[in-house]
Amino acid sequence: MSETQASTLQPGTVIYRLRGVRYRYHGRHLALDGIDLEISHGEQIALLGANGSGKSTLLKLLDGLLAPEEGSMRALGRDIKAVAAGQETFTFHRQVGLVFQDPDVQLFSATVFDDVAFGPLQLGLPREEVKRRCQEALELMEIGQLADRAPFELSGGEKKRAAIASVLSLQPEVILLDEPTASLDPRTKWVLVNLIRRLGEQGRTIVTATHELEIVPLIAQRVIVLGEERRILADGQPGEILRDRALLVRANLIHPQLHRSWSLTLEAEAEPQRPSDTAASSL
Amino acid sequence: MSLEAEADGGQVGGQVSRGQEVEPLTFSRRERRQLRRQLGWVEQTLAGVTEAIERAVFTEEHARRPGWLQGLDPRIKIGMFMVTVLAASLSHSLLVLLLLYGLLLLVARASLLPFDFFVRRVWLGIPFFAGVVILPSIFFTSGGPRLFELDLGPLHLGPTPASLLGAAVFVMRVGDAVSLAVLLILTTRWADLLKSLQILHVPQIFILLLSMTYRYIFLFLHTVNGFFEARKSRTVGFTSGGEQRAWIVTALVTLMNRSFQMSNEVYAAMCARGFTGTIRTYSDYRLRSGDVLALLGAALLAIGLFFLGRVLL
Repeated sequence: MSETQASTLQPGTVIYRLRGVRYRYHGRHLALDGIDLEISHGEQIALLGANGSGKSTLLKLLDGLLAPEEGSMRALGRDIKAVAAGQETFTFHRQVGLVFQDPDVQLFSATVFDDVAFGPLQLGLPREEVKRRCQEALELMEIGQLADRAPFELSGGEKKRAAIASVLSLQPEVILLDEPTASLDPRTKWVLVNLIRRLGEQGRTIVTATHELEIVPLIAQRVIVLGEERRILADGQPGEILRDRALLVRANLIHPQLHRSWSLTLEAEAEPQRPSDTAASSL
Repeated sequence: MSLEAEADGGQVGGQVSRGQEVEPLTFSRRERRQLRRQLGWVEQTLAGVTEAIERAVFTEEHARRPGWLQGLDPRIKIGMFMVTVLAASLSHSLLVLLLLYGLLLLVARASLLPFDFFVRRVWLGIPFFAGVVILPSIFFTSGGPRLFELDLGPLHLGPTPASLLGAAVFVMRVGDAVSLAVLLILTTRWADLLKSLQILHVPQIFILLLSMTYRYIFLFLHTVNGFFEARKSRTVGFTSGGEQRAWIVTALVTLMNRSFQMSNEVYAAMCARGFTGTIRTYSDYRLRSGDVLALLGAALLAIGLFFLGRVLL
């Protein structure tokens, strides 16, 4: 956006520190186990894992919506348990934005504009500033013409864009994206890949949960792989992770029969294309 | 009746091996009738769900047309609606009510609403509902000459000109009020209508809840649609009434579970964007001279109709 909020964090500063984090839903269903992780400001991370590996849960922990059952977790200088309990939640969510996997969850207002305005209004910003931020976020996602539409009138791709716009209007320093490109057509997918890259170039911290390997080299400099045991299987650079066929099979990210020649991602990594779309040009 | 049971009756082919031609299922006339009935309620439910969604989309489309009422501030429209409904409610003159209806048709025209749709939407239901209410007062009359008389044992019933006129006034008054409501709804987006309720001092939390209910009802309608389509696609034999009721209960429970999960997720999404319990909404309404003139015109019209009704009586 043209007037990007000045970052209060130095690049490279550790903003998340998780030690032995374990989380179970309703005290029974294990979602994450023994997670040790550090995330520095300005990193663009792809969180890879099969369905049910705990990606969404980890993102909710990073967003302070859930608190670990066991282990310790600090985020942006705060104890995440305090944030999840409602302390400092207001200031925390100024800095961290989460795009949910299901856009219907995120679009709860009567119109797209109202949804995009929801965050800035909660910040108590003046009306003109709210309007400006909303217009910028909508233009950025190329959905300015849908501002007055009701969410039920939108297609799947449009809903996804609107959901992302509703987080971008908060201008957070940390953006967490849960399967942003799932079930999207290639053009919309490309717009989002392009946007994630641009946001990353501005020095924002971006964590993208996905199991679409082909976009990983385009959006991330670091890859964390969650296994079906709900633990971190690997943490490294995209090239290193994506070449490790045995690891990808073990994490259920590729199948030996379905992905006999796994070269697409590596080609993309070797010659990363510069997204040429106009989206995100002003962010 | 299951397929196996049908097979016992010798109507259905047995196991099919490769290359063997599949024999068609054959049902008796009674069974075919049962199957049609069984599919009938699924079809009806599907049609009902689809119609509800289509109607909402249709309404939103009309509210976006560049008509006269669509261009007015929604808060002004609520004011215009209230004063005109008040005038119609206080009027006892059929002529005044007919005059008002004529004006409403002109306004509908100026607001680019399809004439037949506007008239049908109002008058298809009113004769039935208003008629049921007013019917006794037409026939149970005392005094005055009756147009004709019905002798039902000890009861002597018959309409008088006064009772017919009274019924006509009542039906017309309901027709005017419903026409006004339809005009307001068809020319105002639901979101604007809800926000405008603030001028009537409706609490913001109530408006937010209404707005979210309206937003998610369509999502759940789609889910229900999916349930019924899946059921229809798998209906290959007969099921008993008990089995059908059990299926409906299961579908209801599944829907309730989904709505509960969704409400938790939505709340989390609200918290993730800084929601702390205080409702803040954005409205960009600005009054223009045209809006003020329209409200003034509606108020003058209401006063004029009120006094005209008195003079004509």
